[in-house]
Amino acid sequence: MALELRNVTKRVGAVQHIKETSLILEAGHFNVLLGATGSGKTSLIKLMAGLDPMASGQILMEDQDVTKLSTQRRNISLVHQFFINYPHMTVYDNIASPLKVAGMAKSEIQGRVEEAADILQLRPMLHRRPHELSGGQQQRCALARAIAKESQAVFLDEPLANLDYKLREELRDQLPELFSGRGAVVVYATSEPEEALLLGGKTALMNDGHVTQFGPTADIYRNPANVQAAQVFSDPPINTATITKRGQIAQMGADVQWDLAGDAANLADGNYTVAIRPHHVLPVVHNGCTVRLQGRVQVTELSGSESSAHFDQGHGNTSWVSLAAGVHPYEVGELHDFYMDPSACYFFAPDGSRVA
Amino acid sequence: MKTENQKAWFFVLPVLLLVAFNALIPMMTVVNYSVQETFGDNIFFWQGLDWFQQILRSDRFHAALGRQFLFTFLILIIEIPLGIAIALSMPRKGFWVPVCLVLMALPMLIPWNVVGAMWNIFTLPDIGLLGYFLNHVLGINYDMTQDPLAAWVTIITMDVWHWTSLVVLLSYAGLVSIPDAYYQAAKIDGASNWSVFRFIQLPKMKTVLTIAILLRFMDSFNIYTEPFVLTGGGPGNSTTLLSIDLVKIALGQFDLGPAAAMSLIYFAITLLVSWLFYTVMTKDDQN
Repeated sequence: MALELRNVTKRVGAVQHIKETSLILEAGHFNVLLGATGSGKTSLIKLMAGLDPMASGQILMEDQDVTKLSTQRRNISLVHQFFINYPHMTVYDNIASPLKVAGMAKSEIQGRVEEAADILQLRPMLHRRPHELSGGQQQRCALARAIAKESQAVFLDEPLANLDYKLREELRDQLPELFSGRGAVVVYATSEPEEALLLGGKTALMNDGHVTQFGPTADIYRNPANVQAAQVFSDPPINTATITKRGQIAQMGADVQWDLAGDAANLADGNYTVAIRPHHVLPVVHNGCTVRLQGRVQVTELSGSESSAHFDQGHGNTSWVSLAAGVHPYEVGELHDFYMDPSACYFFAPDGSRVA
Repeated sequence: MKTENQKAWFFVLPVLLLVAFNALIPMMTVVNYSVQETFGDNIFFWQGLDWFQQILRSDRFHAALGRQFLFTFLILIIEIPLGIAIALSMPRKGFWVPVCLVLMALPMLIPWNVVGAMWNIFTLPDIGLLGYFLNHVLGINYDMTQDPLAAWVTIITMDVWHWTSLVVLLSYAGLVSIPDAYYQAAKIDGASNWSVFRFIQLPKMKTVLTIAILLRFMDSFNIYTEPFVLTGGGPGNSTTLLSIDLVKIALGQFDLGPAAAMSLIYFAITLLVSWLFYTVMTKDDQN
């Protein structure tokens, strides 16, 4: 099973919500759409579901053109960020509703509903109404409906966003397992890079209405194709600055410079954007983190195992973030030394494309 | 720890006084009249439940009550589905929303007696725009001052024109509060338009519809001004609804005792039917 988008676009008035996009999404692994709010994830899902009209392009499911098929006639499921269930129906009827509409035999419906309910631990709640369930249970009910339907494509639009932290982790761990071996194309939209990494599979990075990069999730994380991709796939945000390359030297501002190695050393002289993830900028010299920067600490955050510091690195660059394991004593306002790992830097040409 | 004292009474007192002066005390005077006979000069004779027996056994009351139930039944059976249908076909967003809302609200802003007078003039067979058009252009014999059927059609049409908007506005409020996600979910399940209405829109409109039905029941059951101004209860007694009959007895014949007894019976019926409606319609929510 595969879902293919060919040169799909969407326009609302004069505004282009989805710029020409082509993707082939396959069954057997998660297909994550990763992007900030407003980057077009939901719009793209609505196009695939046939809920919104496309301006141009084609959608194929299993090599069949479904572009002109109405939502009702596409064999798909959708789970929303909100817990959408029919309020006056029991959990059982909710899970059974698409099967009933399809005119399936009662006994078969019962089998499928009970199987889905077992997987999602809803067995004891089958005869309750949605409003008698907790948020997590309501969302599990919506997921059970998608599973029982056994559709060709399942769209999960930030399904965990409205759940509390614990439930989110729990359900996220279960999700890949729930859909594995079902032969459906699973599309999962999220704005959290961490979720994409945890779910694995393939990721399409979305920015401003188009897919900036698509491929196996880990590859994309390691090798962003352009500045936007690097920015989308980093939380806390990736640090960027403008450098000037002259010979083998990268010069950042007046007082930071380092020797270039590898591909970066072979670039033509000129200005580049450098990007480095926060965990390669540490408050101590450590394992390759050797280039010293000085910055005034603006905001600090301590979690149990990590310390992050936002610091103003001067030179007109935006503030940078350092993320280090352990607890580091920072004082807001102090001038602190940070060390970055020059080998972890990505280099981008002025047009945003990756050069090294 | 909970403090127990009598302070709460002070907070309830203003409401108690208000209700006492605008409802309880006037109603008790009605109760007072309903069990006595008076010939004026504040002289009263005890009658017990005579007036109640007389009213409950009177054919005139039965006829008026029958007309009243027929009227209310027709009003509900027309206005509720029509109101829902109009609400469903109204736009959900864009330029036309405020236009539709204002148009819908207009009839409700007109005072009741003006509505009656308007429709009276509108439907008079010789000078009314509609009356003239029906009789002299379409050649339909229509005279609501002579023909009971025409009179009924006119008062029903007038009420539909005046009050369907209330059902429309309430239903519309219920409809726009349904998130798009529900419609999307239903589409994805493959649901037809009818299923969307039956399983999403109707359940979501239920609360406002309960209110709409109750309000329309009470208002139409107690209606007085518009049919009084339009037909005066005629021709003959054909549109004499309960309230019109009540006023005839109380102020026309000045039979205060029977009129008071009739008011109380009238009130009891309204209360009982409202309670029945409410219980039936909210039954699902309780279990």
